[in-house]
Amino acid sequence: MMAATLRGSLVTLAKGLSGARLQPLCTRSLSVTSSQNVSESPPARADSTFKVTMVPGDGVGPELMTAVKEVFKAADVPVEFEEFHLSEVQNMASEEKLEEVLSSMKNNRVAIKGKIHTPMEYKGELASYEMRLRRKLDLFANVVHVNSLPGYSTRHNNLDLVIIREQTEGEYSSLEHESVSGVVECLKIITREKSRRIAKFAFDYATKKGRSKVTAVHKANIMKLGDGLFLQSCAELAELYPKIKYENIIIDNCCMQLVQNPYQFDVLVMPNLYGNIIDNLAAGLVGGAGVVPGESYSAEYAVFETGARHPFAQAVGRNIANPTAMLLSASNMLRHLNLEYHSNMVSEAVKKVIKQGKVRTRDLGGYSTTGDFVRAVVDNLRHRTV
Amino acid sequence: FGGKTWYIKVSFTCLKGKYLEELNIQTVTLIPGDGIGPEISTAVMKIFEAAKAPIQWEERNVTAIKGPGGRWMIPPEAKESMNKNKIGLKGPLKTPIAAGHPSMNLLLRKTFDLYANVRPCVSIEGYKTPYTDVDLVTIRENTEGEYSGIEHLIVDGVVQSIKLITEEASRRIAKYAFEYARNNQRTSVTAVHKANIMRMSDGLFLRKCREVAENYKDVKFTEMYLDTVCLNMVQDPSHFDILVMPNLYGDILSDLCAGLIGGLGVTPSGNIGANGVAIFESVHGTAPDIAGKDLANPTALLLSAVMMLRHMGLHGHAKKIETACFDTIRDEKVLTKDLGGNAKCSEFTADICRRVQDMD
Repeated sequence: MMAATLRGSLVTLAKGLSGARLQPLCTRSLSVTSSQNVSESPPARADSTFKVTMVPGDGVGPELMTAVKEVFKAADVPVEFEEFHLSEVQNMASEEKLEEVLSSMKNNRVAIKGKIHTPMEYKGELASYEMRLRRKLDLFANVVHVNSLPGYSTRHNNLDLVIIREQTEGEYSSLEHESVSGVVECLKIITREKSRRIAKFAFDYATKKGRSKVTAVHKANIMKLGDGLFLQSCAELAELYPKIKYENIIIDNCCMQLVQNPYQFDVLVMPNLYGNIIDNLAAGLVGGAGVVPGESYSAEYAVFETGARHPFAQAVGRNIANPTAMLLSASNMLRHLNLEYHSNMVSEAVKKVIKQGKVRTRDLGGYSTTGDFVRAVVDNLRHRTV
Repeated sequence: FGGKTWYIKVSFTCLKGKYLEELNIQTVTLIPGDGIGPEISTAVMKIFEAAKAPIQWEERNVTAIKGPGGRWMIPPEAKESMNKNKIGLKGPLKTPIAAGHPSMNLLLRKTFDLYANVRPCVSIEGYKTPYTDVDLVTIRENTEGEYSGIEHLIVDGVVQSIKLITEEASRRIAKYAFEYARNNQRTSVTAVHKANIMRMSDGLFLRKCREVAENYKDVKFTEMYLDTVCLNMVQDPSHFDILVMPNLYGDILSDLCAGLIGGLGVTPSGNIGANGVAIFESVHGTAPDIAGKDLANPTALLLSAVMMLRHMGLHGHAKKIETACFDTIRDEKVLTKDLGGNAKCSEFTADICRRVQDMD
């Protein structure tokens, strides 16, 4: 009976992930242990692995990717990485490289990436490589899960927020010009289509994950047309989801409420710049950029990364970066690939290490190195290959 | 006959002016505002009297009137008074929704070219928040940036908002920030920007800040991305000293910092304009539900008035009043409802007055 239900879920999976190398798995009957009954036998080896694009990025990105690879190897996860080193600051960026990454993504559809740093000086094009990647793949929704880590207490504990941010338009349009010498104009573009799309994504996400409230964040009292359009789109969509409560709040009041009483929020949806601010604010509330995972979605692709995206260049080579965020994001990626068993294994190992409190990296108040933390996670994995 | 009376009137006014000058009493325009505004203004006046501060108040109303040509403007008496006195204290103003005129704050800003909004955020000892070691100042450029109000509907469903950054305004605000640092013995100024995304506009702002920093070598200058500031602010706010930034980021960050110390009910704020004009205000709302019931908390307006005293150079009186206020809050015996007690506004005020008088 279990095989039948599993086959059923695998078929829906195959329909969902069209293009992923999943067909061989369907024809086998697997005795995969689900997370409910924990038996000691490892899952049967799939005879094909998932291919995932990996872009390490700048700063501590490569170190974090190494951590992910080590943990995956120890957990025997059937995922193979295709690496691409795209970087603007290290002069490894060019149109060809970008094309390579895009074609790899078209095949694999799932990627894990670090932050591609944007230098402040620009040569010709105002859009950075990171922005162009987002636009070409149309990764319009950025979802950041802000969950308090059990065992690490901050000023606000037991937080559980989801922040959904529109990622392709708004203030990040890269449309700037100097009309008169000494006067620079920067355009912020808001369209009804994209506002509706992100609002629908937010409500769908809330429905799927069983959330009760969606709050739209805006500044429509000042930017009446722009944010007014965004707000209108959200309100229109809210009517289609009567079970989900809809509210709106002005961005500055939202920031104030987040530091005074963050428990009043559930799912937050907002345009680009406000999303950047609130992502980082919320990440700071639970422990910083090292502990919050995030992902970006388009209609066809999913990219997994950290929630608060910083290259953290000061930590390069010093082995002090906290890989928690990247590991939790990798675990989310495994869940997206429907490798439920491995996903739970990795995330539980990470949470166990944090709860025990013995091995903590510097940002959480400890003295361990990245390597120590990864070793501790590997030791705590429920299933190990010899 | 008329001549003689005129002569007497004029000489009397001259004598009065001279008398005031000799006592060094400065006149300040007071705009009580709406809602709880009048109550808290009265409270502040009482406390200043008890502290024997050399301030004379001139009350004015700033409800918008339609001037010649159909443009909304503030009443000419108010404008004249401000231009004469240069210093003003303002309570909360309500912006009626369907009155047809723009927000009063916007009108004031345009009339007096109030280009800098200064908000010092210091943790108040008696009012517990999760953040206990906050001591920073946010200086926000208040005339341009994202709040230029220039928006266009390009086609149906596509809207464009323009963010304007000019050299002149950026230089002016940076200069003010460094001057403030020098005058108030602060050690560092941090420019907050997003020049990695808005490379031209915030890049210009940053360049001007760097240029001005060259002339103020005694003050440390750093630059930080807006998202990094937000991230670090909620984890450890003690790292920050003075933050200077364009309009939108300033709006968000100043409210964030106000949230760290306990909200808008205890946060002072000052607006500095060209020509030496400075208007200090409380940034909370008019609270119409408790207006007239003697329940309001005058702390925000009081601390803004203290900021005003410092701006005018009356540091002794400022320190006296501020200490009295903090002592009252720390004692926790007489607190208004929003601070956690159940005393009346008049009782709170009386307690502060008593402390101020005891200090002499």
